[in-house]
Amino acid sequence: MTKRQHKLEAINLDAYYGDFHALKNINIAMEEKAVTAFIGPSGCGKSTFLRTLNRMNDYIDGFRVQGQILLDNRDIYASNVRVDELRKEVGMVFQKPNPFPKTIFENVVYGLKIQGIKDKKLLRETCEKSLRQTALWDEVKDKLDKSALALSGGQQQRLCIARALAISPSVILMDEPTSALDPISTAKIEDLIHELKQYYTIIIVTHNMQQAGRVSDHTAFFYMGELVEYSKTKTMFTSPKNERTQNYITGRFG
Amino acid sequence: MRVQERIIEGLLWLSAAITVLITISIIWVLLSESVQFFSEVSIVRFLTEKEWTPLFAEKKFGILPLVAGTFLTTAIAIAVALPIGLTIAIYLNEYAHARFKTIIKPLLEVLATIPTVVYGFFALTVVTPFLQSFIPGLAGFNALSAGIVMGVMIIPMISSLSEDAISAVPRSLREAAYGMGSTRLQTAFGVMVPAASSGILVSVILAISRAVGETMIVAIAAGQQPRLTLNPLVPIETITTYIVQVSMGDVPHGSLEYRTIFAAGMTLFVFTFLLNNLSFWIKKKYQEKYD
Repeated sequence: MTKRQHKLEAINLDAYYGDFHALKNINIAMEEKAVTAFIGPSGCGKSTFLRTLNRMNDYIDGFRVQGQILLDNRDIYASNVRVDELRKEVGMVFQKPNPFPKTIFENVVYGLKIQGIKDKKLLRETCEKSLRQTALWDEVKDKLDKSALALSGGQQQRLCIARALAISPSVILMDEPTSALDPISTAKIEDLIHELKQYYTIIIVTHNMQQAGRVSDHTAFFYMGELVEYSKTKTMFTSPKNERTQNYITGRFG
Repeated sequence: MRVQERIIEGLLWLSAAITVLITISIIWVLLSESVQFFSEVSIVRFLTEKEWTPLFAEKKFGILPLVAGTFLTTAIAIAVALPIGLTIAIYLNEYAHARFKTIIKPLLEVLATIPTVVYGFFALTVVTPFLQSFIPGLAGFNALSAGIVMGVMIIPMISSLSEDAISAVPRSLREAAYGMGSTRLQTAFGVMVPAASSGILVSVILAISRAVGETMIVAIAAGQQPRLTLNPLVPIETITTYIVQVSMGDVPHGSLEYRTIFAAGMTLFVFTFLLNNLSFWIKKKYQEKYD
């Protein structure tokens, strides 16, 4: 079997909020078309790190990074990278479902419209395809022109995933995507992650260790801004090498 | 102790009651004087005649010229204040650094603290001559410069209220837009402004209400010639200016001429009352849509 390619890689990455050293010398390489989970207690830097991968922290006053993040071997913090172009390649799903206060259709095709695509047929086709990919099509096909805010929380989150898929990114970042959802909606999202990893590189931050165990191929444990341990999920949960990892996954703190 | 509490409670109640009472009596005076006016001049005449000459030998009582004057100056003011105010609001929210914002916002509000009489003379002695240098037909008193200066005066009202409305849009929506690869401009106009549209609309309505009731600037700079026109280059008269003109003049109390100001005042009151209620209604209906 050939070695799978690294889609994203952080090299000697440090990040700061003002004087606060939020990420300390992170080195990690994430595999293409696989699911990587970031776990760790609140404030450990996992979300901060996720948000450096599509430069979502750029607009926070006082935030800065040192080191490199390579996407397909190109540094995304290089001065010639356009951050809006980067985010078309690296999509994001947030903790709380955040559909726009527009119709379901408008939500899904938003990313295409801002790219200047006006072809109605193309918009409709992409909308259907994205909604089918997130198993939402049958539930909403008769109310595409209704407000997205009328959907349930779980549906809204799947809509947000569909919206991210519509602009065909290669990476999808998920920041605790099920923390605001009930168990059934959570299960649907997890099934979806399984489906999607055939086509996309998925990186998910989660507070829920069972979830990391269920959905991910690799897991990274962050603690106090450091990457403590990174290995195959099975290995990490059966025989963690670091004591802190073991304490965390056995529930001794966090 | 308990007696003291009661006295304080009574005083608090009294001050609230006095305010309400004063409002009611103002409306009562307006109404009763207007009723007397309309017993002599029919409402139909008042609303349909095209001339307003109550102080002339041949009296005409058509409010339309005054309404047109008010509408004209207000429209010009909003045309100035809305684009500038909204641009400022978007700039402060989407582009400006937090520290810059804390400095610039109070500075902007200084505009609203300048006495309107100063604005009025500014319109008459600075803006009008300046405009005359490239608009040859512009009269010394005109709706244009009064409207523009009034617009400048209400910029902070629109920028401040719109800014509040835009910053009340949840951060998650902005992140969603950025996360889809929107530029700042696309985020501002495609997501933030539409999501804040009810608040922005309220700010515009309150600004209109303010412009309709504004007196000093138009009395000084727009002229005192009731004229049924939408031409911004000639002297006009607004409802408020007319009321000033008559109350300062030597019209005998209790005469029909005197009562015209109550009819005009009533008209003004109806406009601002409706606008304010409209803004309350919009606020209530569309507020807290997310959450």
